[in-house]
Amino acid sequence: MTKRKGLVLLLVTGGVIGVAAIVLMVMGNPPNMGICVACFIRDTAGALGLDSAANVQYIRPEIIGFILGAFALSLGRGEFRPSGGSSPILRFIIAFFVMVGALVFLGCPLRMVLRLAAGDLNALVGLVGFTAGIGLGSVFLSKGFSLGRAIQQPKAAGFVMPAIAAALLVFLLVRPAFILFSEEGPGAAHAPVLVALIAGLAVGALAQRSRMCMAGGIRDVMLIQNFNLLLGYAAVFAVALVGNLIIGNFNLGFEGQPIAHTNFVWNFLGMALVGYGSTLIGGCPLRQVIMTGEGNTDAGISVLGMLLGAATAHNFGLAASPAGVPVNGQIAVVTGFVVLTAVALANTKILKGAKVKA
Amino acid sequence: MSVEMIDARGLSCPEPVLLTKQALKSNARGGFKVAVSSATARDNVAALLESKDFLPAIEEKQDEWIITVPQK
Repeated sequence: MTKRKGLVLLLVTGGVIGVAAIVLMVMGNPPNMGICVACFIRDTAGALGLDSAANVQYIRPEIIGFILGAFALSLGRGEFRPSGGSSPILRFIIAFFVMVGALVFLGCPLRMVLRLAAGDLNALVGLVGFTAGIGLGSVFLSKGFSLGRAIQQPKAAGFVMPAIAAALLVFLLVRPAFILFSEEGPGAAHAPVLVALIAGLAVGALAQRSRMCMAGGIRDVMLIQNFNLLLGYAAVFAVALVGNLIIGNFNLGFEGQPIAHTNFVWNFLGMALVGYGSTLIGGCPLRQVIMTGEGNTDAGISVLGMLLGAATAHNFGLAASPAGVPVNGQIAVVTGFVVLTAVALANTKILKGAKVKA
Repeated sequence: MSVEMIDARGLSCPEPVLLTKQALKSNARGGFKVAVSSATARDNVAALLESKDFLPAIEEKQDEWIITVPQK
């Protein structure tokens, strides 16, 4: 892929995400949450009955679309390569805390950019924290941090997450009694299924092709002085900003922002934990979801870790709300930093055998 | 002189790129190979090399790619 083509693809992906986020919000998704990978995994956990938060239960077709879109395109392009085995359980626990951090901030890195594009300055605090967390992860990476090598996996292993996505789509359409759907709150706010699914498929395919990654954008600037991924990020912001101005959803300030709180410290630390963890597992929540479609079973484990993290965050009262961050959530974020740092320290410099003579 | 092979197979982003960058430090004029096993790593390593004015040759081998960094 030429440099120019890669850049164009990233800008197109960012632009499409920006448009999709605004359209989905206008058509029913929660405010400033046209797309939020963390929130949508959380809503899916709720719909499956993994937690008992009544207002965040909905199988989000966007997530299904991300996985299946990436799956279809990677299959078609010969990039579907089932692989895995790079410290799955460590990835699971890191991803768990990435979700806890995201639910303390109230959004994944993608929603952070969308919130910022709607004038929510709490997201700017989040962005500073996110950058700091990525910086911390990058220090370990530059010192040789690695979770070890993934190896080829049986073809069937790569089909598991796409199959789960397909099963979720069936549950969403059939609506069996054991699947829960919110009657009020963010879980009840959603765009029509078909629109959300098509948007998800388009974003999934484009993100697979362009390797769009929110954490990778900042990380690449820090580690290899490459600004490409960051431009994809900038495109999301620019397009969503214009969209918000057009529909009158731009309100600059800290107070009164939808599905957000104004606590500086925990907005910063929540997103720092997301940036830190995302850097250690090689990608933000969006990228993890996309990689599951490419047959990456380690990313599949990460997504399942996020699913459990979301359910736990609601079962244990860790998740923030517009009222603020509960003490349990604060304890969980601090615990997350301790756990991630222990994992990072224990896995730095294990790559001594990387260089071999051919 | 033997050609050095950097084995970046199975490593997560951005480790293949970091290993390549490290290799360029000790072999500033190129003359080594990098083995990767994902399309993402292939593209990212190639992009790094192109940004340093190398013209890498990429060869697909079963489930991996061998990226040759020519001697400058």
